[in-house]
Amino acid sequence: MLYAILCYDSEDVVCSWSKEKDAAVMASLGGVLEKVAQQGRLGPVARLMPTTAATTIRKGAEAMVIDGPFAETKEQLLGFYVIDCANLDEAVATAKDLAAASGSAGSFELRPLAVFNPVPPTL
Amino acid sequence: MTDFAWMHAALVSARPQAVSALLRYFRNLETAEEAYQEASLRALKTWPEKGPPRDPAAWLIFVGRNIAIDGVRRARRQQPLPPEDEISDQEDAEAVAVGKLDDADYRDDILRLLFICCHPDLPATQQIALALRIVSGLTVKEIARAFLVGESAMEQRITRAKARVAQADVPFEAPGAVERAERLGVVAAMIYLIFNEGYSASAGEAPLRAPLCEEAIRLARLLLRVFPSEPEIMGLTALLLLQHARAEARFDKDGQVILLDDQDRSLWNGKMIAEGLALIDKALRHRRPGPYQVQAAIAALHARAARPEDTDWAEIDLLYARLEQMQPSPVVTLNRAVAVSKVRGAEAALELIAPLEDKLSGYFYFYGVRGALLMQLGRNDEGRVAFDRAIALAKTTAEAAHIRMHLDRLAKTGAPTAAS
Repeated sequence: MLYAILCYDSEDVVCSWSKEKDAAVMASLGGVLEKVAQQGRLGPVARLMPTTAATTIRKGAEAMVIDGPFAETKEQLLGFYVIDCANLDEAVATAKDLAAASGSAGSFELRPLAVFNPVPPTL
Repeated sequence: MTDFAWMHAALVSARPQAVSALLRYFRNLETAEEAYQEASLRALKTWPEKGPPRDPAAWLIFVGRNIAIDGVRRARRQQPLPPEDEISDQEDAEAVAVGKLDDADYRDDILRLLFICCHPDLPATQQIALALRIVSGLTVKEIARAFLVGESAMEQRITRAKARVAQADVPFEAPGAVERAERLGVVAAMIYLIFNEGYSASAGEAPLRAPLCEEAIRLARLLLRVFPSEPEIMGLTALLLLQHARAEARFDKDGQVILLDDQDRSLWNGKMIAEGLALIDKALRHRRPGPYQVQAAIAALHARAARPEDTDWAEIDLLYARLEQMQPSPVVTLNRAVAVSKVRGAEAALELIAPLEDKLSGYFYFYGVRGALLMQLGRNDEGRVAFDRAIALAKTTAEAAHIRMHLDRLAKTGAPTAAS
């Protein structure tokens, strides 16, 4: 089963990391991902720009374009991993590895994928 | 996870919101700052034991307010402080305080805190120092380093600035729409000044002063987060990101300035450029152009060009013309001349800057550009005169070296490049 591991953290905090700290965290997470990739379980990975770059479209009779994220929250969705896991236990174990490697606060939300369209090779 | 680095980052990032809310409660900058300091000390003690709070800013505001109120009471009654737990372990009360943190209050709080640093009686450097101390929470030592002055001199400067601000009437009522827009403009200009303090540093100073650029970007993002629909704040943030993206490529290993055309574009920070481009895209959708958006759009055109020869100079010329209308300034016209020389040739550019000499006769860059344009036309003797004048006017050795490089290059190839 494919799981999306959604990364939530305070972007205030993450944006105030120094370049070195940011690189160190990414390298540390990369170590975990490499293992997952070697097991053939790693799908798409994305890091999102800060919510200041976000635009929200509110659906309705006439769709409304709003600057900023969908909701003002204390922790923001900063990125996600798609990982193939045999079961929830394995997903939890992988997320825990990532949590330990990230060394920061925040949360991971595990969401099983209902539909997955692999990226076309041209993208 | 409550390691020290995380706590430090959480305290730093919560600071603007916490100090600005405490300022609203106490209407006194000193009390607000002290309350925040006390609350931070309490946090360093409490968080590792009990885990970090869900909302660090709300925790700091709540605890800071209680400590300060107790301080006032204690001074009145000479009574001892209540036990730690009574002050900082009121989870339910914290939740209530969080609920009361209205978003509208929050954004006006932040804006007010930044705005009082921009007191018109304070010289620009003091405004900046004050903002870095109060809003960003940099230490006096860090600020002194960035301004290349001694710590005690900076301490004095900040103390004087604080005293000046304390005497002023701080506008505590919620601002109306017009006033809010005015405050935003003043604050945006101050953030841009902070950035320029860092950006205009020479290579030798850059490592010390670059943090000013990063701090300015952080403040711009903060402002954008509370005013997410202001295209000029998007423009400002984009402009800072796009300019700072080139930081690694701006100096060679000897500390000489590298002109835009000659920079190794692979050293540009792609992540910052992408974010800057995304923001300028967002801003332009509002169709409410302003000077920051136009300058960001110009920076975006440079950033988009994979090679110097791919630069869309015609569009840059148009954007500078737009900027001239919005913000008439001989320096803007001078910058436009560089674009004009690329599109319509050096002759047209010289014509454009000819009327500027009166106003810019003390400006080294004017003679630098004029010298380069004259050389392009083969008027080498006149060009040399202009370059000599530029060197005489240079305020720093880096500026002088920059012009000498033009002269050296000319001697070698006969083909100078225009401005950086």
